[in-house]
Amino acid sequence: MRLVRLADQDRPEITFCFEGAACTAREGDTLLTALLAGLAGFLRQSEFEDGPRAGFCLMGACQDCRVMVEGQGRVRACTTRCTAGMRVRRA
Amino acid sequence: MKVAVVGAGPAGVRAVEQLVRAGLRPLWLDEAPDGGGRIYQRPPAGFRRGAAALYGLEAKRAQALHAALDAAKPAAEWRPDTLVWDVTWAEKRLHLLHQGRAEAVEVDAAILCTGAMDRVVPLPGWTRPGVTTLGGAQIALKAQGCAIGPKVVFLGSGPLLWLVAYQYMKAGANVAAVLDTTGFRRKLGALAGAPHDPVTLAKGLYYVARLRAAGVRVAEGVTPLAIEGEQPDAISALRWRDAAGREHSTACDAVGLGWGVRPELQLADLAGVPIGFDTVQHNWVPQRDALGRTPVPGLYVAGDGAGIGGAVVAEMAGACAAQAVLDDAGLPADQKLVNRLQRRLRRQARFRAALERAFPFPISLAATMPDETILCRCEAVTAGELRAAAAPEGPHGAAPEVNRAKAFTRIGMGRCQGRVCGAAAAEVLAAQLGTDAAGIGRLRGQAPVKPLPMPAWQGESA
Repeated sequence: MRLVRLADQDRPEITFCFEGAACTAREGDTLLTALLAGLAGFLRQSEFEDGPRAGFCLMGACQDCRVMVEGQGRVRACTTRCTAGMRVRRA
Repeated sequence: MKVAVVGAGPAGVRAVEQLVRAGLRPLWLDEAPDGGGRIYQRPPAGFRRGAAALYGLEAKRAQALHAALDAAKPAAEWRPDTLVWDVTWAEKRLHLLHQGRAEAVEVDAAILCTGAMDRVVPLPGWTRPGVTTLGGAQIALKAQGCAIGPKVVFLGSGPLLWLVAYQYMKAGANVAAVLDTTGFRRKLGALAGAPHDPVTLAKGLYYVARLRAAGVRVAEGVTPLAIEGEQPDAISALRWRDAAGREHSTACDAVGLGWGVRPELQLADLAGVPIGFDTVQHNWVPQRDALGRTPVPGLYVAGDGAGIGGAVVAEMAGACAAQAVLDDAGLPADQKLVNRLQRRLRRQARFRAALERAFPFPISLAATMPDETILCRCEAVTAGELRAAAAPEGPHGAAPEVNRAKAFTRIGMGRCQGRVCGAAAAEVLAAQLGTDAAGIGRLRGQAPVKPLPMPAWQGESA
């Protein structure tokens, strides 16, 4: 899945870390935006082996977009702001 | 008197505004960092699009609500980023979570303005990355300036389908098709001769006309078949059947889908408010009077969380619920305002009934989904597994209602608590048992209404 940045994208770049690799996002991105507008493709593997997942409702209800953030534990990517230096892994 | 208002969407804003006007300082809670609800969600700081670009024809209404929101924040005990995860109303206690820390607060009354989320019908492939709700697709654009993919198909029924497709087109996204499962005749038949809102209808027709004029493929009365992809983390096409029975495959990288919305009523449920099935909107809704009073003393509901009415209705309902709180507490209420709003709400309810008839929940589409479809995406339970739970020859006998089926199959037992699959699961089970959604029951709410970190819960302070 790849989000396409269409509007309001002239925001300062920030860097964060996903699965050990340095990535860029823009100030104001949610983690979901930062990861899926980047090259992550998906956010986690379903624990029932039915494939990768990348969120669904984008409004904090479906709980499908969880990722691991160092120091915060498991969070919803859609309601968590991506900040500079954040270290993120697939949940 | 301590009044809590849960939610800062259209209903919550107008409720707080009225309480403040009466000299109270309500405790105002919202899970999001800002108010506005999902419909009038504002992007974070640093985004520059104006109201016209963000909210289109609703720009004036959004701006008015934002002005009221910003004016009410300092006059209330405004606590954003705060999830209400349980209500234990015997002690009139709300259980909160803020930045990983839990806390309980006691109040005299509460107005629950918890809003709604998309109502979905699962189809094969819907758990693939690239598929979102219509509401989710709209939030990606509105709050983040992003499209859900390079080439998007919108699928479902209802006003949001056309609105989101139009907003995407207008923002420069590539909309491959808009596929409406409701036939044109059904919509026309429901609206002709019925009392409807001419403004809403005109807006809807405008969106459809603009999409058609832009050359977007539009089809009505379709049956979705499957979302397909070559890579596990991407989709490549949506397969569907047109009204004449011909099969099509539309190439796309993303699908936004939804069939109307359903109330987020978990907190009302936990507080002990009786929940009944509303046959007009085909949703479970909390029991309430015209002003939003529930049978539970001190507990009020307003906005889409109290039954779907949309943002215009929610604003009026929020103001009415606040007036009911004041009246019940023996404080002076604005009866003139209440009378005026009640007249308008009754009119809106008639419009709503026509709208619901025009865009009915596709019961048969849900009931006939293929056995292999993942129905519950949290627990990866298929439609076939749920149907098996209805069979009397199973190890436990037939599940006579949806909570029993949940115990047998884990359907609705996952992290979303059945918010996403519940409506469709009910239709699958009802069809199998020869009953209907009202007869099959609803998944009971459980605390916490959203996942809670264990250390937070252990450390709850009153």
